[in-house]
Amino acid sequence: MRISTLFYTIRQGFRNIFRNKMYSLASVATITACLFLFGVIYAIVMNLQNMVHTAEEGVSVTVFFQEDTSEERIKEIGDLLVKRVEVSKVVYVSADEAWESFKEDYLGEYADGFTENPLEGSQNYEIYLSDVSMQNSLVTYLQSIPEVRKVNQSQVTADTLTGLNSLIGYISVGIVVILLGVSIFLISNTVTIGINVRREEITIMKYIGATDFFVRSPFVIEGIIIGLVGAAIPLGIIYFVYNNVVDYVLNRFSILTSLLDFLPVSVIFDTLLPVSLGIGVGIGFIGSFVTVRKHLRV
Amino acid sequence: MKVIVAEEFFVTEEKKEVKKKRKKKKVSSESDIIVLDHVSKSYESGSPALDDISLRIKKGEFVFIVGDSGSGKSTMIKLLLRELKATEGNIRVLGYDLNRIRHRKIPQFRRNIGIVFQDFRLLKDRNVYENVAFAQRIVQTPTKLMKKNVPAVLASVGLAGKYKAKPKQLSGGEQQRVALARALVNEPTLLLCDEPTGNLDPKNSWEIMNMLDEINKSGTTILVVTHNKEIVNEMKKRVITLKKGVIISDEEEGAYIDED
Repeated sequence: MRISTLFYTIRQGFRNIFRNKMYSLASVATITACLFLFGVIYAIVMNLQNMVHTAEEGVSVTVFFQEDTSEERIKEIGDLLVKRVEVSKVVYVSADEAWESFKEDYLGEYADGFTENPLEGSQNYEIYLSDVSMQNSLVTYLQSIPEVRKVNQSQVTADTLTGLNSLIGYISVGIVVILLGVSIFLISNTVTIGINVRREEITIMKYIGATDFFVRSPFVIEGIIIGLVGAAIPLGIIYFVYNNVVDYVLNRFSILTSLLDFLPVSVIFDTLLPVSLGIGVGIGFIGSFVTVRKHLRV
Repeated sequence: MKVIVAEEFFVTEEKKEVKKKRKKKKVSSESDIIVLDHVSKSYESGSPALDDISLRIKKGEFVFIVGDSGSGKSTMIKLLLRELKATEGNIRVLGYDLNRIRHRKIPQFRRNIGIVFQDFRLLKDRNVYENVAFAQRIVQTPTKLMKKNVPAVLASVGLAGKYKAKPKQLSGGEQQRVALARALVNEPTLLLCDEPTGNLDPKNSWEIMNMLDEINKSGTTILVVTHNKEIVNEMKKRVITLKKGVIISDEEEGAYIDED
């Protein structure tokens, strides 16, 4: 293809867009809406996942032992635990450490009155899980060990987090799929209108000896440009709005600051930027290519 | 048994002869721009639009195809451009076998043909220059050449001063000259004109026809479909008359045959 032909084709693509202003606008608006929702959902999911992940890492099962259990036996059990797949980390907390931590958390300066460790015999393992959903089977296992006196677990947290995670995933995938379908449909309509307006021109082009490629290219370029603009707008909006929203939420719900751990916008855009542009260009290309094929059979 | 064998022998001999004839045709068709060989075209409903048409048009000829509506003129043009495919028979145009031509070769084939329509078919949103340049862009002429060719061809049809006018601002005769310029700018071997004077007054019609005559003298083969009796009778060219899909006369220096 000659450079001059390429420029001509691109000019024609832009011309098409401005010739059917209303429909081009409608297509851009739909893709914008679609990708904006996609972006928002993505940002929310990413942040939630991040929070869930942080929370998951914090979920631990604590195991206490019978008072007469020997240090060697406790160590043996610890080694066994580390080997289990659902366990990511096992931390041994000696009785002294347990008392220190308790003093710090609850007693502060009033702890000075104790000369002996009142928590003698409360040495334990804090077990961190790699997968929260496996917590129940781990607990069952732990309870079957005869030396184990008591197992503390945070049942509610674990179940809620697991459920929430997959629910958000399903809903977002569903919404995005529906929106993509709507976008392709609209682009296809825009291009159909463009083809009908230009049908006579296309007939003449074909009589003169235009190749299929030459006839099709301006429409495909039109679709791609609409897709690109439709992707750029929501990306811009999300980029500028994201930090404001995060600040707002943190100020408004300052009690939750420790729980709400937001990702920086750059991390979100690492994936969102290429994916959004890809989807925009993709639906623009597919929508126009398929439509031209169907309506022209050039 | 022997009889059957003999029959088979004859059949194969016949086939061979047919093949030989076909080969001869191919060789002789070098100088023929258009060859229709027992061509029929029928649409899904009704009687055939063209019925067993055979004709040859040599390089450099000027041919009128006449006949009233429903005679199959338009179908003929569409077959020659490979817009439609013949139902039966062979069509060769400019050496291309139009029954066998591949879809992606069709553009290449059409680039050798200029076409002029009754209703001009100019692009209304573009000026005269762009309308002609359009044809050059389609065949991907380098911009430098295009900038030479377009003014030259516009000058040759007498529109040197009207580059920037939009089709609406031009008279019918001028519009048809733009269309003619567009058809000529790619230097076609064959020029097809479908009722080129159908929308023009006599004065403009003669201007266009005289231009076509000039173009023909420079070597371009021209085929004009028309029912303009006066022009056909006065120009004394080859006239092929169609009626209900059949050629009823084909004469050198012919005249328009009236219905009755």
